[in-house]
Amino acid sequence: MPIIEIDGQQLEVAPGATVMDAAHQAGIAIPHFCYHKKLSIAANCRMCLVEVEKAPKPLPACATPVTDGMKVKTHSPKAVEAQKGVMEFLLINHPLDCPICDQGGECTLQDLAVGYGASASHYGEAKRVVKEKDLGPLIATDMTRCIHCSRCVRFGQEVAGLMELGMAHRGEHTEVMPFLEAQVTHELSGNVIELCPVGALTSKPFRFAARSWELSRRKSVSPHDGLGANVQVHVKNGKVFRVVPQENEAVNECWIADRDRYSYEALDSAERLTQPMVKEDGQWRAIGWQDALERVAAKLAALREAKGADAIGGLASAHQTVEELYLFAKVLRGLGSEHIDHRLAQAGATVGQGARWLGMPIEAIGTLDRVLLVGSTLRHEQPLVARRVRQAVKHGGQLNVVHAADDNLLCRVNGKLIARPAAWVNALAQIAKAMNAEAGDVQVSDAARGIAESLLSGERKAVLLGALAQNHPDADRIHALAQAIAQASGATLGFLSVAADSVGAQLAGVLPGPNGLNASAMLAKPRAAYVLMGVEPELDAYDSAAARAALKAAEFKVALTAFKSAALEDCDVLLPIAPFTETGGAYVNMEGRLQAFHGAVKPHGEARPAWKVLRVLGNLLSLGGFDYDSVESVRADALPQGQANIAEHLDNAIAGVALGDLGDPSATEAISRLGETPIYGLDPLTRRAPALQATAGVDGAVAANAAMLARLGLEAGASVRVRQGDASAVLSLHRDDRMADGVVRVAAGTALGARLGAITLERA
Amino acid sequence: MSLNTPTDKVCLWTLDHDQPASLATYTANGGYEALRKILAEKTPAEQIIEQVKISALRGRGGAGFPTGLKWSFMPRSFPGDKYIVCNTDEGEPGTFKDRDILIYNPHQLIEGMLIAGYTLGARAGYNYIHGEIFEQYQSWERALQEAREAGFLGKDILGSGWDFDLHAHHGYGAYICGEETALLESLEGKKGQPRFKPPFPASFGLYGKPTTINNTETLTSIPWIMRHGGQAFLELGKPNNGGSKIFSISGHVNKPGNYEIPLGTPFSALLEMAGGVRNGHKLKAVIPGGSSAPVLPADVMMDCTLDFDSIAKAGSMLGSGAVIVMDETVCMVKALERLSYFYFEESCGQCTPCREGTGWMYRIVNRIEHGKGRPEDLDELVRIGNNIGGRTICALGDAAVGPVVSFVKHFRQEFEYHIENKRCMVGG
Amino acid sequence: MQTPEFQLSAEALAQIDQEVAKYPAEQKQSAVMSALRIAQAEKGWLSKDAIAYVADYLGMPAIAAYEVATFYNMYDLEPVGRNKITLCTNLPCQLQGADKVAEHLQARLGIGFGETTPDGRYTLKEGECMGACGHGPLCLHNNHKMHAHLTPDAVDKLLDDLK
Ligand SMILES: Cc1cc2nc3c(=O)[nH]c(=O)nc-3n(C[C@H](O)[C@H](O)[C@H](O)COP(=O)(O)O)c2cc1C
Ligand code: SF4
Ligand code: FES
Repeated sequence: MPIIEIDGQQLEVAPGATVMDAAHQAGIAIPHFCYHKKLSIAANCRMCLVEVEKAPKPLPACATPVTDGMKVKTHSPKAVEAQKGVMEFLLINHPLDCPICDQGGECTLQDLAVGYGASASHYGEAKRVVKEKDLGPLIATDMTRCIHCSRCVRFGQEVAGLMELGMAHRGEHTEVMPFLEAQVTHELSGNVIELCPVGALTSKPFRFAARSWELSRRKSVSPHDGLGANVQVHVKNGKVFRVVPQENEAVNECWIADRDRYSYEALDSAERLTQPMVKEDGQWRAIGWQDALERVAAKLAALREAKGADAIGGLASAHQTVEELYLFAKVLRGLGSEHIDHRLAQAGATVGQGARWLGMPIEAIGTLDRVLLVGSTLRHEQPLVARRVRQAVKHGGQLNVVHAADDNLLCRVNGKLIARPAAWVNALAQIAKAMNAEAGDVQVSDAARGIAESLLSGERKAVLLGALAQNHPDADRIHALAQAIAQASGATLGFLSVAADSVGAQLAGVLPGPNGLNASAMLAKPRAAYVLMGVEPELDAYDSAAARAALKAAEFKVALTAFKSAALEDCDVLLPIAPFTETGGAYVNMEGRLQAFHGAVKPHGEARPAWKVLRVLGNLLSLGGFDYDSVESVRADALPQGQANIAEHLDNAIAGVALGDLGDPSATEAISRLGETPIYGLDPLTRRAPALQATAGVDGAVAANAAMLARLGLEAGASVRVRQGDASAVLSLHRDDRMADGVVRVAAGTALGARLGAITLERA
Repeated sequence: MSLNTPTDKVCLWTLDHDQPASLATYTANGGYEALRKILAEKTPAEQIIEQVKISALRGRGGAGFPTGLKWSFMPRSFPGDKYIVCNTDEGEPGTFKDRDILIYNPHQLIEGMLIAGYTLGARAGYNYIHGEIFEQYQSWERALQEAREAGFLGKDILGSGWDFDLHAHHGYGAYICGEETALLESLEGKKGQPRFKPPFPASFGLYGKPTTINNTETLTSIPWIMRHGGQAFLELGKPNNGGSKIFSISGHVNKPGNYEIPLGTPFSALLEMAGGVRNGHKLKAVIPGGSSAPVLPADVMMDCTLDFDSIAKAGSMLGSGAVIVMDETVCMVKALERLSYFYFEESCGQCTPCREGTGWMYRIVNRIEHGKGRPEDLDELVRIGNNIGGRTICALGDAAVGPVVSFVKHFRQEFEYHIENKRCMVGG
Repeated sequence: MQTPEFQLSAEALAQIDQEVAKYPAEQKQSAVMSALRIAQAEKGWLSKDAIAYVADYLGMPAIAAYEVATFYNMYDLEPVGRNKITLCTNLPCQLQGADKVAEHLQARLGIGFGETTPDGRYTLKEGECMGACGHGPLCLHNNHKMHAHLTPDAVDKLLDDLK
């Protein structure tokens, strides 16, 4: 290991390290703009010039490899003179109006200019002005401020895997821009806001809303997908102004997805429920908490008397905290019902011994050699897992896919089986057979053999089940076959947990108990009463039509919810609860990591943390064991196995699944629906975030490949009526040749039937 | 004259023949003999590199780096692809020698690239040709086709079992692509933005593979060296400055053009060959090595011999051997304005000092030229120059500074006159 | 990037394929400069669609092709006259009389550098060193043909020859 001297400090550094790395190691700060630890080295800003003994010229610390015996001076007169020279050049064409710049107060250029800028500028020529670009609803531009560090461009190429921004023109005229009128669409696009060291790229929704120094920063956890990205919630006067990444190398590195960043806009939506409401002869009326909870308790008690606990069902969202979910289950079980579930989108996977999880640390995804991804629209389900998968592929890993759409994953795909969902069981059986893991009677295709060979080679491997595989009517057989493939290839079997607290919900017991009904069954066989928490049944359910019908039919419905919602119109009582920014709690992410957070602001209006609401309800029902004095005390009960190494108590094993007929059902005229949860329709927050909803591609459309359009005698752009049973909707038809034959894409959330069921189309 | 006779024309000897560019002329005069010999005798690469070292051939592209040494950096036994690249992106104002090589002796360049490719274990070679000379791009491709048909290129060359091919890559208007790593980026289909070095092309070059880049004239000299030995080449010139070299002389001379003469020839002799200063005017200044080389006043230049060391001693550089001659009628402010505009216009824009500094310097010189100069401008120009020099990714930054600083240094009173009187000292 | 209506001729595509063949199979992007040149030669200039089409044909991001098209001087991102004349005005040519040639060209055509005659016959551009200084003053006609040793008379003759 080379030994170097930096500012008089002797230091042993890793071979191949740069002077910048060495400085970090020694705790020495070297000014820089273009350098970023997650991006390739550009060495173009020249701000990090340092003096290196025996070198005739100052050298850029970010790009200069250390050599044994090197003597570096980062703040010698020579180094500082070079740094000041560069700073002068950066400032001559940069507006000096920090007071009106949105980056003011958190601008690297501003900070460094204090140390390295000359008081008066020598520059007596006209300053450059650069035309603004429209990057879409999320990112605002002030391109005259750009210092050409190229971080945003490298982010697109290297992290997002999609080059949407480039640097066009030459010399002084170089400009960061998208391809002419194109907008930025990538699900991680907002990260360029932190990457931009100046005020050239800023948050559009946040624009001019507040000055950075007025904001207090509260650590929190994103409530959306199962990754549990760490975030900072920035608040002022009890209002959330923005959400930015909180670095956590093991979870989200320094990135967050756009929905993690912009969903906060929904917190102030006009649909926020700010006081308890009851419906009386068809009219909503506000009432007090005590009154409301007493009504609910009385009604539930009476129903149980009359119809038995079996008449009561409970559906809760896995975007709620583990404490809330635990108390939710405790209330229902206290009432004697085992009809409890959080898996609304699932057709009916059986409950396993342990909670389903990723099966490995999130960080390990980036170093996998072989991956089999089953039934996942990955970039929409898990934007940051998709980034880790691209990382694995970049390092030579092989990605294999079983899906109904050959979506662009922005990285090389080694092998794929693209077929209607009903054919996935057969597809997996082929792969299993090709590796002699299963002896089902199936024809092994070359594609399947290729995937098998890929999985049999390599060291670090995983078979990952996405949301569609979990929601699938045949989820258990898919799971069993995936398990067989994983065992035969020595791969880890993992579930891509859909929601921030999917694992937490399982640990907290929000699952049907002995002879309890799961979510789909509960809605197929309507209960007399439903207790709902954080859900919008017809948007969340596997079968929207069934959900709507069941709720209509039920005699009594109470919903704990942060929002008024058309999907809750049939309820009898609405209880306003606090979203993640207004209450403390914890989520357990897909790798079994418990992440606790505190409320960042006070609850809106009369809204209360759900755990407190449930505590009162439990006591009103005199169920006993509800005298919690803190969220921590609830957590202790919710996670009896302890909070440290939760992963030890998680388990993806499945047993006793009869594989039955594995034949290929593709030869059918019937059309299957591919009903995915929209990237910005994941939960009540994302559904109400205006900027996210304004992004391109968020629309109720039907997509099918050219052959399908031809067979149906329909053309792209036509408006079509899609039907599932009695439910139907009119939507516009798009052509997408990435779709498997016999499949049409119709997002969940449209008032139709089964997400992966049969569907018909006709010209509207 | 021919390749057979060790006379002082190394590259442009074909001019004495009526069809200088034809394969027939070339082969009839010893062309491709060196290659034939090497392939037949399977000459070890070390021996070839040794001869190139002995020849003291120094890069003709501007930096004057010893070619033999550069070749020895190439990891020849490295498994996987390696490349040889020829730099014909001749765009340094004043330089027009490589174009003449493509026009008058295309096959000697091909043979030179073949020998280099063989020596360095390359799988293929590319010649990057300046955008503005499309006609030469086409004619050199025709020469490649001739060579291919004659069995000098492609599979199993001359029955040796060695496969190698050459291709032309056409630039489209960017001086910076003459810089070797910008050239590689451009070859890869990107903007021509230089790479930070290290890593050097010898380890991380075209497509990330080991690559050797040489100038057209450098590579065209190789067959001559292989034919007559490194020693003979060295003796053409002077120690550490082997061979003869093409000097492109332009500006205020009666016969602008290319003159291939031994290194070490007095400048006065070249000026005479070029017919002397135009219409009997007095010599005022000379830029001896292309626009990037610092300008030298007449008296200093007249005492110089034309070789790397002598010009360096005089405070400039031989560069690409492009000699720009200026007589007494030249306004040095106007001349500098055009040059500083060139570097401003051609900066690739990636690194801060060059992107921002070249424009700043140009605007100041432009103001002075247009009578809006300020007394502090000259010191400011030098200060800005010093803030660019040595702080950029590639040498264009330094190249932009050279003229500014040297013009102001040697002709300061002319600039001061301009600032005070808002007009030119020469010619009123 | 969808570019439905835009098309290049079979000849143009054949030329592009020849260029692509020069480079390793996985390095198609190396041919982008030639491909853009060929597209421009056929269409007269590089429209947004032309750039997107070339990018698509070579399997590279449209913005990457746009970077290239805007970086190199000889690509025209706006329509130009039937005859684009690029005059080198750099120092050696200037010393050899490029200024007078420039004045003459502008006077004769009634347009300045960067402009096109109303009849769309000529466009005038100022160029940088073309690597033929010894023959200066000189200009390029439509990027690919060089005319050397220019004088006002020579310019008149050239302009008359260009329909
Ligand atoms: C701005 C700039 C422009 C250059 N232009 C050329 C050029 O047009 N032709 C050339 O051969 N070398 C040029 N060079 C030098 C090359 O970078 C490189 O040193 C040379 O091609 C190596 O070949 P050689 O060792 O045979 O001279 C240029 C360098 C810089 C910094
Ligand atoms: S010095 Fe100029 S041309 Fe060279 S890399 Fe920097 S900006 Fe580009
Ligand atoms: S300066 Fe005009 S061609 Fe070189």
